[in-house]
Amino acid sequence: MNLHEYQAKQLFARFGIPVSAGEVADSPRAARSAAATLGGDLWVVKAQVHAGGRGKGGGIKLARSLDEVREVAMAMLGQRLVTPQTGSEGLPINQVYIEAGSEIERELYLSMLVDRVAERVTFMASAAGGMDIEEVAATTPEKIFTVAVHPAAGLQPYQTRKLGYGLGLTAPQMKQFESLCANLCKLFNDCDLSLLEINPLIVNGSGNLVALDGKINVDDNALFRQAGLVSMRDPSQEDEMESRAAAHDLNYVSLDGNIACMVNGAGLAMATMDLIKLHGGEPANFLDVGGGATPDRVAEAFKLILSNASVSAILVNIFGGIVRCDLIAEGIIQAVREVNVGVPVVARLEGTNVDKGKQLLADSGLDILAADDLTDAAKKVVAAAA
Amino acid sequence: MSILVNKNSRIVCQGITGRQGSFHTQQCIEYGTQVVAGVTPGRGGETHLGVPVYDSANEAVIETGADVSMVYVPAPFAADAILAAADAGIKVIVCITEGIPVLDMVRVKAGLKDYDCRLIGPNCPGIITPGEAKIGIMPGNIHTEGRVGIISRSGTLTYEAVFQTTTNGLGQTTCVGIGGDPVRGMNFIDCLELFEQDEVTDGILMVGEIGGTDEEAAARYIQEHVSKPVVSYIAGVTAPPGKRMGHAGAIISGGEGTAEAKFAALEAAGVGTVRSPTEMGSAMLAALGG
Repeated sequence: MNLHEYQAKQLFARFGIPVSAGEVADSPRAARSAAATLGGDLWVVKAQVHAGGRGKGGGIKLARSLDEVREVAMAMLGQRLVTPQTGSEGLPINQVYIEAGSEIERELYLSMLVDRVAERVTFMASAAGGMDIEEVAATTPEKIFTVAVHPAAGLQPYQTRKLGYGLGLTAPQMKQFESLCANLCKLFNDCDLSLLEINPLIVNGSGNLVALDGKINVDDNALFRQAGLVSMRDPSQEDEMESRAAAHDLNYVSLDGNIACMVNGAGLAMATMDLIKLHGGEPANFLDVGGGATPDRVAEAFKLILSNASVSAILVNIFGGIVRCDLIAEGIIQAVREVNVGVPVVARLEGTNVDKGKQLLADSGLDILAADDLTDAAKKVVAAAA
Repeated sequence: MSILVNKNSRIVCQGITGRQGSFHTQQCIEYGTQVVAGVTPGRGGETHLGVPVYDSANEAVIETGADVSMVYVPAPFAADAILAAADAGIKVIVCITEGIPVLDMVRVKAGLKDYDCRLIGPNCPGIITPGEAKIGIMPGNIHTEGRVGIISRSGTLTYEAVFQTTTNGLGQTTCVGIGGDPVRGMNFIDCLELFEQDEVTDGILMVGEIGGTDEEAAARYIQEHVSKPVVSYIAGVTAPPGKRMGHAGAIISGGEGTAEAKFAALEAAGVGTVRSPTEMGSAMLAALGG
């Protein structure tokens, strides 16, 4: 689950990580009054969307008067922001964050993530802040400093010093940095984060470290014990189909093609998409109906698939396993009837009672083609969609 | 022979009285697996599915000599169950549970370093040595005793590999589902090492997917240490970057973890690869001299 910048900064503030004063606003008038409350003569108006690269997309603007704050907010709110990370449709701007302008001496990069190889929470720091860190990693990896935190021992001062020296911090900044990193560790662990990124972490005009941006991902698996964070969820930033799927315990990801697929198991679902592509088709989605593939879930899955207007054929690929194929076939037939599926369905079943399952599909009188095997299924569905 | 589990393995099921634990333990017993005990805190003294239930893994080990644990405990309590099994002296811990917080797994992995044990999973179908022991949720009937070792990050895609090698007569020595989480127990390399040493395993089928760099590491390991033929398939060529594809660990992030990069690393290391998931069995058969 992703958080907005303003939510990340609320957490930063709560955990003692320095941020600029700021307020979130959902109308031009609220933006103006937020700026007035903050005071000063320079403000930054930042579109709140779940994507990076906002500056490049025109989602971060300076304003030098209260009226300009209102105008900039008016131009942003209600629009969709397209950034290099959003895709062409962009994301809706429902809120803007108004922050007091900062004097920037240096821009640094600092992030934390769960390193899969080290199997530890890892800090990454670079003096090349404000830039695309993936590019820095690719072109000048020596400019990135990393330390892995032992889960029992915790972050040690020598590790923070390694990062701080790498960033070229002064002695007073090093002191700030030590407490900042310790607080970030506490935030990361207490809130079950999977990613935290501050880009840039700035040295301001007074020589102090301030988190000028904040990106946070929360581990979805840990939401059961993070009720406070769950309430920060913003469904407007999430793919509508994916949210609907999640509500029914289905795993769905939208793709650009026209051949929908419904599969039990994530690995097999990906393999099915790949196979469609291999046979000249374009998959419309990733969809894992789970191991059980019960009639109810299959029906929900059909409804979901069919709400994508570009779908012209559906491939159902179920490896029965413990669930019997005839039961799955009954589920498919019931769902196709109930949902009134108007496009060809190719079904490939494998596992216990497969022949009985195929027979049920053939006798149903519905537009369901039973495939002999997976390759046959892929060929049939590509032909049906053409 | 086989790896990790066999007909002598004595299994304790943690979470045996739960719905999933009950259903799948029953299936394992019907397959012929030697399930000797169950654990559910607070239910000690009961008998469930014909086996004694204990309050703790420790008691179960002392009373029954269990040496393999199968964990169906719900995600919020699974980390505790894994460490309890390790502390009880269990040698192979198979965790089926899906949805364990990643920071729990980070702590579990650090904690397990104190013990001489192996963890398989979490978020996996389990492990099976056909004809001897089925420890997990896989359908036993598609397996057959044979020559191929299978390692996979996925569930049903593993069944696909199993089904193909059963149909073409190769059969399997042991199949290990290592799971779809980013931080997990045994990895490809750990299993490759065991299969390389196993006398009856003639070839190894490795099923990977997008996310992380474990397949790349396995490719380097195979090049240097594995003499047996290895065939590999990677799922997710069509997966878009930045999207989690069902499994917590199946995500291309920061340009890392693409199927193409994994295929390239495997091919550079001389590992046989197939681009179609339907060709895993036939390629393995060809690699073993058909």
